[in-house]
Amino acid sequence: MSGFACVGRKVHKIDAFDKVTGRAVYGHDLRIPGMLHGRILRSAHAHARIAEIDARPALGVPGVHAVITAADAKTGNIGFLQDHPVLKGDRVRSFRDEVAAVAASSEEAAEEACSRIIVKYEPLPAVFDPFEAMAPGAPQLHDSAPANIIKFGYDFNEGDADKALESSAFTAEGTFRTHYVTHCCMETCFALAVFGRGGSLTFHSSTQIPYLMQNTLSRVTGVPAWKIRIRQPVIGGAFGSKLDVYPYEIIAILLAQRTGRPVKITYTREEEFRCTPTRQPMVIRMSAGCDREGKLTARKAEAVLDNGAYTSWGITTPHIMLTGISSLYKVPNVSFKAFSVYTNNAYASAFRGYGNPQGTFANEQLIDELALKAGIDPVEFRLRNANTPGSVTPQRFRITTCGLSECIRKAAERIGFGGPKAANEGVGIACMFHVGGGGRVYKSDGCGVIAKLDDFGRLSLMTGATEIGTGSDTAMAMIGAECLGLPLDAVSVINDDTDVGPWDVGIHASRMTFIGGNAVIMACEDIKDQLREHAAPMIGSDPKNLEFRDSKIIDCMNPDRNIEISRVVRAVHFREKGRMIVGKGFYDPPNEFQGKDFRGNVSSTYAFAAHAVRVRVDPSTGKIAVLKFVAAHDVGRAINPLGLEGQVHGAIAQGLGFALSEQLVYDKGRLLNDNFTDYKMLLARDMPAEIEIHFIETDDPEGPFGAKGVSEAGIIPIPAAVANAVADAVGIRIRTLPMTPENVHSALKAAGKAT
Amino acid sequence: MTLLDFLREYLGMTGTNAGCRTGDCGACTVLLDGKSVNSCLVLACECDGKAVLTIEGLSAGGRLHPLQEAFMDEGAVQCGFCTPGMIMRGVEFLRGNPDPSPAEARVAIEGNICRCTGYENIVKAVLAAARKMKGGGVA
Ligand code: FES
Ligand code: FES
Repeated sequence: MSGFACVGRKVHKIDAFDKVTGRAVYGHDLRIPGMLHGRILRSAHAHARIAEIDARPALGVPGVHAVITAADAKTGNIGFLQDHPVLKGDRVRSFRDEVAAVAASSEEAAEEACSRIIVKYEPLPAVFDPFEAMAPGAPQLHDSAPANIIKFGYDFNEGDADKALESSAFTAEGTFRTHYVTHCCMETCFALAVFGRGGSLTFHSSTQIPYLMQNTLSRVTGVPAWKIRIRQPVIGGAFGSKLDVYPYEIIAILLAQRTGRPVKITYTREEEFRCTPTRQPMVIRMSAGCDREGKLTARKAEAVLDNGAYTSWGITTPHIMLTGISSLYKVPNVSFKAFSVYTNNAYASAFRGYGNPQGTFANEQLIDELALKAGIDPVEFRLRNANTPGSVTPQRFRITTCGLSECIRKAAERIGFGGPKAANEGVGIACMFHVGGGGRVYKSDGCGVIAKLDDFGRLSLMTGATEIGTGSDTAMAMIGAECLGLPLDAVSVINDDTDVGPWDVGIHASRMTFIGGNAVIMACEDIKDQLREHAAPMIGSDPKNLEFRDSKIIDCMNPDRNIEISRVVRAVHFREKGRMIVGKGFYDPPNEFQGKDFRGNVSSTYAFAAHAVRVRVDPSTGKIAVLKFVAAHDVGRAINPLGLEGQVHGAIAQGLGFALSEQLVYDKGRLLNDNFTDYKMLLARDMPAEIEIHFIETDDPEGPFGAKGVSEAGIIPIPAAVANAVADAVGIRIRTLPMTPENVHSALKAAGKAT
Repeated sequence: MTLLDFLREYLGMTGTNAGCRTGDCGACTVLLDGKSVNSCLVLACECDGKAVLTIEGLSAGGRLHPLQEAFMDEGAVQCGFCTPGMIMRGVEFLRGNPDPSPAEARVAIEGNICRCTGYENIVKAVLAAARKMKGGGVA
């Protein structure tokens, strides 16, 4: 193996013991003396004027401490474009809109009080389709957006895609539609606001952006940011959903302010379905061309996004969709346009992979269609166009390490491409390109670590890097253990408190192990320098010959000269003019913030993968059975192979759910399936019986011990891979998600292939 | 009051999690007289005189149950929210079927939703625990 003591080995996640014994403390478990429970009353209409709110009856419910409405709780707006009032005063624009809120001594009292608030609405015409919303005469949602078109769009051009398509030997095109799915974190959302000394606010939250959250909470509520402390309990799932700040969080603060008591809001599962953001649905029109040899000539895409009633991160998902469209394979000419339209629907936020799964659904199906037209095997077609180390993509992404070709070969071989198939069986492959070395989507892509060694050889890593279940804590601890030659058990990660951890921009873009891991290395190098200086005279060695192994500092020229790390720390503490052993690391990767031209090396390395699936389609029901799944990923290096496998397995389940069965079903803006029975995630028995995961280790020079980020990568190619397999099995192209039995069956019927 | 609320709110035993409170997710699974139940669907008063085993009681005496070990060994834990319920369901299952096939293990946990792991490593953990329990004679 790697020759490392800890990196690359199978270890227990550092939080696993607490989680298997029920000791882990989640947000749901937090309880503070005097704490009240908050509930939110939401709109009864998709679009209406609020004529009057009479909250007085709510105050009559025993146990109620406060009722607030927009009239008595003035705040700033939230959201990417700050178009989202926290409590809606004069108008509601979707069913999830917050109209009033109650704090009471019990959930039941709060619920009862909410039901007594009388709201008089004057319903307004509503619109639920982005194309209808743009039509003349459609109801207008926000004054800032004539025809509901939001003045924030994407326009990227490299070369001349139109001309290149015209002169291409083969072209393929299609319109692709992706749907509403949601994160379904197993722990529902919570927020707990506690005011203390001098009006300071401690806000307990499952946020993925503790430090950015301080700023937003301050801007919206007026509490000075330096008085806001964010505490994060163990987080029961996030997947991108907690990258924004939402009204319920501000409402918890307002209620705590009003009552002078701690206030906690916990969503019910029904609320979680109805009121948390979704994945961004899109309509994507895309065309692609190639020459006679199957070399890609151009890609052109136009996407229209249903923004819903307010703007969260959904509107920026084209940013990441574009990365796949411009940079998966070598393609010289690219044209990309995307814009968002207000409707009275749900709004979308970030969700694992951002817009990349949506874009890749289109992108990778067109690759298969081009291959078919050019008479080239789809695997060979991909290999001919695959990215290579040292190349630069149209968005000026600099490809350093790249294992795409190896991934393609491995996935194709293991699924049995070109081999025998039973009737109605097919194989499909799809690849993906994603950021793997952080992503400078904010001006900062940095993460800080303070490392402290104590008298007994225990290493504490204090950091702002958030753990959301992906195992980044464990990877950071493993890296710390590796650097200092300590056992993993001697390393702890303290990352639940903005008062303690140094800055981190947030856990997104699969960045935490890559960025946080590098910050740990820097902090540990700092510590090692200090220890060398102190240890060398103690054992009579030259500082530059000292190595760190087995909890000791060892002279590599003369291993008999060695000393326990803890002894050195004690010696440094227990003396006159003593010192402490604390190291600092702040890693901000060498990547670039893109300007308005969407060019610049946004990540300091990139992740690649190929997924291949074998499916059987039942022509009488339209049901797709996934018989085998192969995922091959360029991971740079597997720091924690078990954790890495887990990330890919989890992505496969979410990706197949996205492709096959999950769908939020709305009727005129009202959600019809707000529970786990009607919203169909894949269950254990629905998973393919045979799943293989292969890691291609390209040892990235910028990655910590060579690693790349990988947590999002696994979901990105899946819908396309399945659609390609369905086309191979029964000769129909599915361009609309999800591929439920009903949808597949009607496509089969339309093609005269249903039985 | 449900058994779930009794455990969490009244006894302060928060190892058992609430994912839906409607019997759809299995996060709240505990053993009631040895049978797995969704504690969100059982009234506390129905449990009068019955034995309730939760995740906290599984490692009584400080020794982890083989399933708890196996969940750590096989990487079956991510956010961990489903984990206690998943393990309790596994305990009951392995008592009735000490030598399960992968397919049987999948069906056994189909009422327990996990959003993070894709189930693969959970199934592996159940099978690994079965092997360990047969070898070590733990029931
Ligand atoms: S909380 Fe009981 S089944 Fe979900
Ligand atoms: S580990 Fe997160 S829900 Fe199962």
